[in-house]
Amino acid sequence: MSDSASNPMREAIQSAISDNPVILFMKGTPEAPACGFSARTVAILESLDQPFAAVNILPDPAIRQELSDLSGWPTIPQLFVDGELVGGCDIVTEMYQSGELAQLLGVEGGAPSEPQDSADPAPLTIENLL
Amino acid sequence: MAVSTEELKQRIEAGIPGTRAQVTGDGAHFEAVLEGPAFTGLSRIAQHKLVHDVFGTELGDRIHALSIKITPTEA
Repeated sequence: MSDSASNPMREAIQSAISDNPVILFMKGTPEAPACGFSARTVAILESLDQPFAAVNILPDPAIRQELSDLSGWPTIPQLFVDGELVGGCDIVTEMYQSGELAQLLGVEGGAPSEPQDSADPAPLTIENLL
Repeated sequence: MAVSTEELKQRIEAGIPGTRAQVTGDGAHFEAVLEGPAFTGLSRIAQHKLVHDVFGTELGDRIHALSIKITPTEA
């Protein structure tokens, strides 16, 4: 067992989850997803006009290892809202279709939304947090 | 060893008693449609974790991708 207190990667991931109300750990980037499941999850968040932080787990295998140890979830993508794991692509898709995701995010699902502050979601790299 | 849809079906049904599984896939990407009483009353996360626990670290590794759709049924 690794001690989280002495594990900078795990701390960086935990901070990223705590500091970002909506954060997606994915393969690739929102602009260039490297996996169909990550792409679908990004498309759902974008269709809800939901700004989100994104972490590409591909550059360092340790990110995925620590993330899965932390979340107890084995696969990528993983969506966190308000510090809680929502799930992977299947769950996000189901919750989108049922309207629960829009409810959880506090956005109007499907309805045209007011133009948000058009600040692009800043891509986040765990490496930069270390 | 290649993963077969039959292997996934049998392991899910053996690992989660009362569950019926339909599994389709191409050897790398699989989709499992599951129904059973074991899922009733659980959050989606907990439902999926029952399935994850059947395969442990094979998920995302030997089993490259497994999409899961779950319908809880009455016990």
